[in-house]
Amino acid sequence: MQADRVEDYRGQLCPMPIVNMARAIKKMEDGQVLEMWADDEGAHADVPSWCEKTGNEFLAEQEAGDYTRYFVKKTA
Amino acid sequence: MSDNNKLTMVVFNGDMDKVFAAFIIATSAAASGMEVTMFFTFWGLKAIQKGNLTGKGLLGRMIGLMNRGGIERVGPSRFNFGGIGRWLFKKMMRDKNVVGLSELLETAIDLDVKLYACKMSMDVMEIAEEDLIDEVSGLMGGATYIKEASESSVTLFV
Repeated sequence: MQADRVEDYRGQLCPMPIVNMARAIKKMEDGQVLEMWADDEGAHADVPSWCEKTGNEFLAEQEAGDYTRYFVKKTA
Repeated sequence: MSDNNKLTMVVFNGDMDKVFAAFIIATSAAASGMEVTMFFTFWGLKAIQKGNLTGKGLLGRMIGLMNRGGIERVGPSRFNFGGIGRWLFKKMMRDKNVVGLSELLETAIDLDVKLYACKMSMDVMEIAEEDLIDEVSGLMGGATYIKEASESSVTLFV
């Protein structure tokens, strides 16, 4: 999947991956895709929840060894 | 998303674990686009104090000494052991890369979380407005809390 911006939040725990993702999305244009890397297990639930709450689109998550790559499209 | 996309929280406790929970929820909500208001009252005031000694009378000064303010001075509700527990929890959190309370407070302020202090408990505990950090938006009472809470879709008492 092609992303417009890649952010690495590995090593960060709740609530920082979400706080930093929100800050990154804020700086992006509508329709752009953010790829974010996190190893906080809570992010599996939190990233889709955040998308649903804020009206952004959760595209996919991919396991990448000891971390996960999340893809979020800015739609809000 | 609801129309009243707002969270209002009372922070009554001044324990490290509870203040942690309060700030994690507040920053998560603010990062989720919610308007967040935190009302600090009684022991919770400790989290938004600068950390100087407070109090005018003998009892007020005693409270100021025994319950000295400042977010880095809050101790856990269990296993504090006269301050050793606080050090231990801080160390465990740092080792696991959890952000500290000072950083969470800064993040909350940066995300535009509104901080209010309860005037009545400030009077009881002899804490003056200048003893609070500058980022506190104002002082208030029960009626303001009720007004804000009535407009909120989420309310919490921590």
